[in-house]
Amino acid sequence: MKSLFALLLIGTAAPSLAQHAGHTMPAPAPAPAPTPAPTAEQSARPDTMDHLQMDHSQMETDAQQTPIADHAQMNHSPAQAETVDHSQMDHDAMAMPIPAGTPPPSAGSGPPRAADAIWGAAAMRPSREQLREEQGGQTFFWFMADRSEYRLREGKDGYLWDVQGYYGGDINKFWFKSEGEGSFGEEIEGAEVQALYSRAIGPWFDLQAGVRQDFAPRDRTYAVLGIQGLAPYQFEIDAAAFLSTKGDLTARIEGEVDQRITQRLILQPRAEFNLSAQNVPELGIGSGLDTVELGLRLRYEFAREFAPYIGVEQEWKVGRSADYARANGEDPSVTNYVVGIRFWF
Amino acid sequence: MLTMNRRGLLGAGAGAAGLAGLTALTPAWARGANIHNGVIRSGSDEVSGSSIDLTIGEGPRVVQGRRGHAIAVNGSVPGPLVRLKEGEPVRLNVTNTLSQDSSIHWHGLLVPFQFDGVPGVSFPGIKPGETFTYDLPAIRQTGTYWWHSHSDLQEQAGHYGPIVIDPAGADPVQADRDYVLLLSEFTPMHPHAIMDKLKKGEGYFNYQKTTWTDDYPLSGEDRRMWAQMRMMPTDILDVTGSTYTYLANGHGPLEGLEFLFNPGERVRIRVINGSAMSFFNVRIPGARMQIVAADGQNVRPVAVEEFQIGTAETYDFVVEPTGEAMTIVAESMDRSGMAVATLASRPGARAAVPALRDPPLLTMADMGMSGMDHGGGMAGMDGSDDSISGMDHSAMGHAPANPATTSAAEPMGAMDMGGMNMRDTSMLSPDVAVGPGLDMVAMNPVDRMGDPGIGLDKVPHKVLTYRDLVALEPNDDLRTPSRQMEIHLTGNMERFMWSFDGKKFSSVSDEPIRFAYNERVRVKLVNDTMMAHPIHLHGHFFELVNGAPADRQPQKHTVIVQPGGSASFDLTADESGDWAFHCHLLYHMHAGMFQIVTVAPKGDAPEQERVGEHG
Repeated sequence: MKSLFALLLIGTAAPSLAQHAGHTMPAPAPAPAPTPAPTAEQSARPDTMDHLQMDHSQMETDAQQTPIADHAQMNHSPAQAETVDHSQMDHDAMAMPIPAGTPPPSAGSGPPRAADAIWGAAAMRPSREQLREEQGGQTFFWFMADRSEYRLREGKDGYLWDVQGYYGGDINKFWFKSEGEGSFGEEIEGAEVQALYSRAIGPWFDLQAGVRQDFAPRDRTYAVLGIQGLAPYQFEIDAAAFLSTKGDLTARIEGEVDQRITQRLILQPRAEFNLSAQNVPELGIGSGLDTVELGLRLRYEFAREFAPYIGVEQEWKVGRSADYARANGEDPSVTNYVVGIRFWF
Repeated sequence: MLTMNRRGLLGAGAGAAGLAGLTALTPAWARGANIHNGVIRSGSDEVSGSSIDLTIGEGPRVVQGRRGHAIAVNGSVPGPLVRLKEGEPVRLNVTNTLSQDSSIHWHGLLVPFQFDGVPGVSFPGIKPGETFTYDLPAIRQTGTYWWHSHSDLQEQAGHYGPIVIDPAGADPVQADRDYVLLLSEFTPMHPHAIMDKLKKGEGYFNYQKTTWTDDYPLSGEDRRMWAQMRMMPTDILDVTGSTYTYLANGHGPLEGLEFLFNPGERVRIRVINGSAMSFFNVRIPGARMQIVAADGQNVRPVAVEEFQIGTAETYDFVVEPTGEAMTIVAESMDRSGMAVATLASRPGARAAVPALRDPPLLTMADMGMSGMDHGGGMAGMDGSDDSISGMDHSAMGHAPANPATTSAAEPMGAMDMGGMNMRDTSMLSPDVAVGPGLDMVAMNPVDRMGDPGIGLDKVPHKVLTYRDLVALEPNDDLRTPSRQMEIHLTGNMERFMWSFDGKKFSSVSDEPIRFAYNERVRVKLVNDTMMAHPIHLHGHFFELVNGAPADRQPQKHTVIVQPGGSASFDLTADESGDWAFHCHLLYHMHAGMFQIVTVAPKGDAPEQERVGEHG
């Protein structure tokens, strides 16, 4: 778990950097010596192979020959023939270099759209627009209930929902999120909805900005700025800062990762941290680290889109937040046993 | 040996009724639309002559008990075999009874561009209820081709069929029997639903992922490396046997497609990969196949025991079957399913169908790190050599391995020796747009034409590679290309974005790739993704730069570019007009891996002399 935390923090701190710089892989082993002793394999590497000596004209097969013989005909030593990986041979390098260049002027001599001259621009226009939309211009709608669950715990059992979705193309999307929880027979403890503009800022991450409206425990509106995506090691990360109309600044970092036990049985560790820049007594939020949640859910994907799960989640209120909770007669540490359904469409 | 070709086409047991040449006499009930009350038939009729009628319709279809909606031409999937004759013109009258626009593209045929059949590029498409006539002048080629819809995702639903063009003279390939084997897929899922799943659920169709309990020969270190990269070593095909039933001439593997033979006969099989998203590994256990044509063009016969056929490619082979029966196995590249046909010496004779082999894994070479290989092509991934820790960093894409892509001046600067940078965008030319649609850059993209294809580098028998292909006839243009252009195949697996040079077609639709008329250009395709892409250029053949002598470089219309590698071809741009140029994986094209190639009109071009035997 410790490494999970570390990765979460790295993953959330670094993603924007990673977008631009690409990521680098830690050396999996001590760095190899810069000049390893030559091996049989290396002697077959393209840089050490003398392409000029290879007689490719002899590679031609004729109808009578079995192709097995082809490779033996290449002028390698017999030992090399065993180990040469042809995929490594850069035959381009053997050919006469051909300069890169722009098309000659006559390349642009035709009509801008050849079909217009035959079928008429008016006839072509709708199909051209349709083609553009079909080959890369589509939009999609996605809805996912990552967690919708019944929570068994000491005292009154509770419930939780955590859903999100989007509508849009590859780069720009409208993104919405909602989560909330409570105990049966009591007023809802927390409920919020976010409406965000989401923009892909790299291969794996989206930058998201918009508003969050809380309906419980109190109505309150926040501006949201966050980042969501896939961190190295396949961690799904969602990190956001919230600035309320009262001037309170808080932040939330969530991370989860799917561990496939079989093709359909999946264990999902999950962590969530809430942070605050100041005390917000009326919401029971203390400055600094406010709450920590660690969860472990085991789901079975009857279909990719439909997977019931069971799990356990531990919540801690930390520091001043714990004091607020105790003052309210609540336990700052709660263990939930959960059963729920993950679904999307 | 020298008897004339006897043309048998597909037969599925007793269901082979009505296969004889139905042409203009095809009854209305067989022509498609919804007018026949039964389901859409599997298998093709044959149409020929100077005027051919084709009707696009739709209806329910059942394959091995699975039911779906299909688009059919003349009432069957595949649609009819269109049999043409070299040197003769043909009028193809295509009627669209669908409620949406449709089209037919003649894949591999040299035609005036306005009859190429790509809506939005070469013509406006065929409106519902409309009949469009493709008025083709004298056919300039022979061999095996196919046709399919280029509208929306109709091809997935069954809108495709074979083409055979008979030579005007003698066929250099002598065979006693001549069959077409069109490989494709069936799924009850709507094509748009598949696209939707691909966009939203990464690896949605892959039920061969790595897990805690799998048997893959991967060390913990390998697994962490893949997770670190946010990629999967099992990402072989996007859509798999988890939804597809693989088809041989429209028949599922249990539906018993058979090709009859008499012992001692030479049987020619024209294999067409008419699938939407599948690469197949084709073999006949116990037999050796002589490859005699690739993409319709005759090649010097090559004897192989297996070959991989990319989407939209065609290969003709000759086999002399022995025994009572032999099984033709077309295993999908990820080994999640197979299409099956039988060479049978009598109706109903069967040979054993081999089990699916273990799913393959992507390798270091597929990551674009061929130079780091230890010679096996799978170094680091096969468990036998202790993986990454054994990697030779001194060989990582530095200057010597490929001067073309890694200049000696900056051998270290761009590379983090603390590890591997899988997205070193400094290696890309300025033409490539770096953005969310680009998740990887091949570090050392070497020419991989000698590669037999994913999963076939370790099999113990001879597998065809592009390097084995040598044109039977000399090529007619031997000029050295005047320029080289490099096109990067780019993508983002997680977002299912696919593009050329980082730009989806939707963002470059007004900026085609331009060629002067009769210009000779070397096109180098660099694959910056971990998937193999079959890249197809309409209206032309190009010559693979595969090590064959210049005048015998094989001509193709579709070239597979292996993951993390490159492939080059020489093109003589002598077919004026606008032509589609795209990845033939249907959903990759649909996601944006598509461009228009514009060849300038002949009239404005200075006359350039060709240097070929046929001038």
